Amino acid sequence: MSAVLQNLVNQPYKHGFVTDIASDVVAKGLSEDTIRLISAKKNEPEWLLEFRLKAFRHWLTMTEPEWANVKYPKIDFQAISYYSAPKPKAKLKSMDEVDPELLRTFEKLGVPMHERAALAGVAVDVIFDSVSVTTTYKAKLAEVGIIFGSISEAVQNHPELVKQYLGSVVPAADNYYAALNSAVFTDGSFCFIPKGVKCPMDLSTYFRINTQDTGQFERTLIVAEEGASVSYLEGCTAPQFDTNQLHAAVVELVALDNADIKYSTVQNWYAGDENGVGGIYNFVTKRGMCRGVNSRISWTQVETGSAITWKYPSCILLGDNSVGEFYSVAVTNHHQQADTGTKMIHIGKNTRSTIVSKGISAGQSSNSYRGLVKVMPTAGGARNYSQCDSMLVGDKCSANTFPYIQVRNQSAQVEHEASTSKIGEDQMFYFAQRGIGAEEAVSMIINGFCKDVFRQLPMEFAVEATKLLGFKLEGSVG
Amino acid sequence: MIVQNSQTLLEVRGLCASVNGIEILKGLNFTVKRGEVHAIMGPNGSGKSTFAKVLAGHTAYQVTGGEVLFEGKNLLELVPEMRARAGVFLAFQYPIEIPGVGNSQFLRLAYNTVQAERGHDELDPLEFDDLVREKMKLLEMSPEFLERSVNEGFSGGEKKRNEILQMALLEPSLAILDETDSGLDIDALRVVSQGVNHLANKDNAIVLVTHYQRLLNYIVPDYVHVMSAGRIIRTGGKELALELEERGYDWIEAEAEATGAVS
Repeated sequence: MSAVLQNLVNQPYKHGFVTDIASDVVAKGLSEDTIRLISAKKNEPEWLLEFRLKAFRHWLTMTEPEWANVKYPKIDFQAISYYSAPKPKAKLKSMDEVDPELLRTFEKLGVPMHERAALAGVAVDVIFDSVSVTTTYKAKLAEVGIIFGSISEAVQNHPELVKQYLGSVVPAADNYYAALNSAVFTDGSFCFIPKGVKCPMDLSTYFRINTQDTGQFERTLIVAEEGASVSYLEGCTAPQFDTNQLHAAVVELVALDNADIKYSTVQNWYAGDENGVGGIYNFVTKRGMCRGVNSRISWTQVETGSAITWKYPSCILLGDNSVGEFYSVAVTNHHQQADTGTKMIHIGKNTRSTIVSKGISAGQSSNSYRGLVKVMPTAGGARNYSQCDSMLVGDKCSANTFPYIQVRNQSAQVEHEASTSKIGEDQMFYFAQRGIGAEEAVSMIINGFCKDVFRQLPMEFAVEATKLLGFKLEGSVG
Repeated sequence: MIVQNSQTLLEVRGLCASVNGIEILKGLNFTVKRGEVHAIMGPNGSGKSTFAKVLAGHTAYQVTGGEVLFEGKNLLELVPEMRARAGVFLAFQYPIEIPGVGNSQFLRLAYNTVQAERGHDELDPLEFDDLVREKMKLLEMSPEFLERSVNEGFSGGEKKRNEILQMALLEPSLAILDETDSGLDIDALRVVSQGVNHLANKDNAIVLVTHYQRLLNYIVPDYVHVMSAGRIIRTGGKELALELEERGYDWIEAEAEATGAVS
């Protein structure tokens, strides 16, 4: 690999800084007492404490999953602090009251919240170490009956909705990390689009992990009632740390009859340094339930960060004629490991699903697609189309595809296509010989490779994603 | 054509280069003036293609000695993309496929990059479309080439046409055509040669690297050079190519050895 290219790929993580804000951190360790403490601090109703305790008790009986194609040292769950909240200076009514240090952090991240919200018409529900600091545009959304804010607020203000839907898609006992999340989640987003309402703007949350050694357990719940639609954006960055941070979020989506939910993610958490030290462990459970007829849930993700990604945004297609989609770009570099994909469970009649997965591996990284397409006996006329493409950059990385297909209805049609390609020195030389430098060449190749997925992103996000990928991979070719 | 009092475009002196530690070029001398067409011939493994790639700056080759002046400036200190922008063009023997990257997008980026370097205005997609379609006519290429990915699924002949199309767009002052005739049927050879002849003028120069005399019936060289073991051992006019066709390379190598041109 040529020196120029080496340098380009070894650019340090741009968002590596720690904001100095007084944090209210609960002592490390996990027990029923910790959970009671979190619940009490958040002034939660009894049913929610019960939900947490039940999940915790179940979690104790479970063992860490080991089937994923990733390697990491055992996590000591007692060495993690399960609650950390920035201490607010006062109750926040406007942006002026937000900790200026916090605002500076957003500036560094290139997310001037107020400007962004105003210019782009995006309501940003900012999660900063587990607690929502401020929510914009809430009033405007409230006019049409949309509830958008932190899940803690929703627990206080709309307990009946939270109680009805929480755990209805990802049960507390679903898997090891989902159970852990159910026990200890501190905050996250809640979004409710009532019957017949088309959300007038994209809703967006910026996640950011700040306090060292604080496990992050966000919980997101999005409900679209009959005929409602919403596009939700999630974006993440994290500061540079030398110890691994566990992130085990749960995202649940519920779409009733004729409802439409589009969930887009650009994930750029700290991936560890070029030797693989540090970085976020991203063990996330994301699942959507197309509960109603003709409903649609679409996941689009651009995964570029984290030391380890373990994530399968899935759709349960229960309602007849419902549609599930998964569009994914997963980029790994250096020593990153990603095992990501989706599950499409066809239960209703004439349900359709589309999977487009683009994996890009560079450096010494490992990138696996793992997907399940399951057609139940009830799902007459179900159709699935899957396309899994891998691109290798350099010769020390690896790409794997693990497609699982289970069809139990003869009228179903399932298609799967896969390809593997490589960016090599000769391609780069071809570009160079036509006057095109390495950065532009890589970005052109990668964008060409990912365009089917980028097309699915909201415009602004697509631009961000394009830049991010260029930045992540510049010069990793040689 | 040989032009009176023409300026020297390329001057190669004592060039040595190796790949994976094996020396391929061993003190090569070569001079090209504006307006000239040169053919470099020679047996397999003589270093012809290596020479072409070294001039373009391929990173797999290390220059271990000698110098290369292009328009009087040291070419070897430029990275490959700067050489291209300065006007050195290599038509590849095996143009690589770049899936997912649209040909028209690629051609326009290359064109605009080179234009910007020369201080000319860049073209927007519509203006560029007009230009590229005009140039494609020269090579009898169908416009559907623009919709496809760069070289992906192109036949051998289509790839070579695409190379010459790029030459037509970038208007290099030095065009090195590395075995552009290989893999071409007789019709494609005619079209490609016409394209090259059309582009040749008194200000630029063309270097043809080829195995066969056949190409030289269509693009008539001013000079024919014979390469052997990393050096040019004989230079003559176009009639030398015919002699090579008839007698092969052995006699010329033997003669060179006898006169001490080859160590």
